[in-house]
Amino acid sequence: MTLAAAAAHSAHSGFLSPTGIEIAFVLVGIATLGAALVTVTTKQLVHAALWLVVALGGLAVEYLLLTAEFIAWVQVLIYVGSVVVLLLFGLMLTKAPIGRSPDADSGNRWAALGVAVAAAGALVWVVVDAFRTTWIDLDGPAQGSTEVTGTFLFRHWVLPFEALSVLLLAALVGAIVLSRKRSKEQS
Amino acid sequence: MNDALDVALRLVIVFAVFMVLPLVVGQTEHKVMAHMQGRLGPMYAGGFHGWAQLVADGVKFAQKEDIVPAEADRRIFQLAPAVALLPYLLVLVAIPIGPSEGAVGQIVDAGIFFVLAVMGVGVLGSLMAGWASANKFSLLGGLRTAAQLLAYELPMLLAAASVAMAAGTVSLPGILNAFEWWWLPWQIVGALVFFVAGLAELQRPPFDMPIADSEIIFGAYTEYTGLRFALFLLAEYAGIVVLCGLTTVLFLGGWHGPFGADGLGWVWTLLKTAVLAFVVIWLRVSYPRLREDQLQKLAWTALIPLALAQIALTGIVKVAIN
Repeated sequence: MTLAAAAAHSAHSGFLSPTGIEIAFVLVGIATLGAALVTVTTKQLVHAALWLVVALGGLAVEYLLLTAEFIAWVQVLIYVGSVVVLLLFGLMLTKAPIGRSPDADSGNRWAALGVAVAAAGALVWVVVDAFRTTWIDLDGPAQGSTEVTGTFLFRHWVLPFEALSVLLLAALVGAIVLSRKRSKEQS
Repeated sequence: MNDALDVALRLVIVFAVFMVLPLVVGQTEHKVMAHMQGRLGPMYAGGFHGWAQLVADGVKFAQKEDIVPAEADRRIFQLAPAVALLPYLLVLVAIPIGPSEGAVGQIVDAGIFFVLAVMGVGVLGSLMAGWASANKFSLLGGLRTAAQLLAYELPMLLAAASVAMAAGTVSLPGILNAFEWWWLPWQIVGALVFFVAGLAELQRPPFDMPIADSEIIFGAYTEYTGLRFALFLLAEYAGIVVLCGLTTVLFLGGWHGPFGADGLGWVWTLLKTAVLAFVVIWLRVSYPRLREDQLQKLAWTALIPLALAQIALTGIVKVAIN
């Protein structure tokens, strides 16, 4: 969206003017936050993983409401479809009990809370600072379609993209090295 | 008002397809398996060649007592069948069956990602059932499901990515619009990888290790009875319909056919889907179950390299054409 159009659009949209989509956005946000809180406070391990599904799904819905369709489905595909399945696999391998796990507690909870609040604060501050005056026209054509996302990613952000792939490759190789080393010690 | 009516009509049609086609596949499986094994299969329910057998089964399931084991995690145990079944209903909305705009429930811009993402959610149902049943066999079944899913999700994604590269779009109607007949030999390896990985994701024979009845009774579904068990079975057959439909749309050209593509496109889609569903049933009758290590080996040493080779081939041909 060009600057002029953005300015024209922001002129007739007040801060948090309650259109239907914005109300839905806030409601889904509250639900997502609630699910995230339950995830970290529940004493039942597998329930925590399933609440994480709800939280991640809520995030995907938020992306959809912001017309970033591609990001939303990738979010579901990667996080709900793969990461949570991996988590559940791990929990099943360790025979997570049904019911409460009394030892599912950590002495670091206050430090963890501090780190979480600091990280959330930093993220919120950065996002608010970066997009303070940007408005998306939710009724117009999708701003976050696959085509737009792909063009942006591979035209303007191709270097960070490649750097990320190298980073992931390094992590992969590292994981293989670590797992092989341990098996040698055992034998 | 007209829009609302249109949306409601589409949803009703998709729901009807969702209720009918899996039952048709199930009944076909009864009859085809029986004839391949020198039997007749169901002959009495409904009169003509036992066509109403699955309806009778449904009535039977609805009458059974709904039991939740005492030690089970009640809520998750009861929620699991819904989590397993609903994703397939959502996927059906995005599969186009004909060339016109009206022949798809809802055009999704990132169609491939949508269908694969939502299908991945369905497997959570088996995992939830496996864990919440408080039963060793169920837990083993859940574990095997998770291991199988982790191995076969990647080749499936890579094969689908190859088609998306060939078409230059990730929307399902867009892929069909770009389809040419020579894509069939060009993408054949990807098609095989996609179909095999999809079978494994559905836990159909020969990939039915997670529900191997001679070892772990019925895996994650061991403790289920009545309607909830029927929902899991329905999810399996809905999964067959979705997988065959997706393979048709992505690799076999969907509504394209030698003739009559304008008016009869949907017939071609249904025909190709039916042939694939028959292959699924045929495989169940003819192949022995793969062992767990064979499963993993097939995925990591055969399917993933094949899928990567297909992507390389797609890229080379694509660049050469341009």
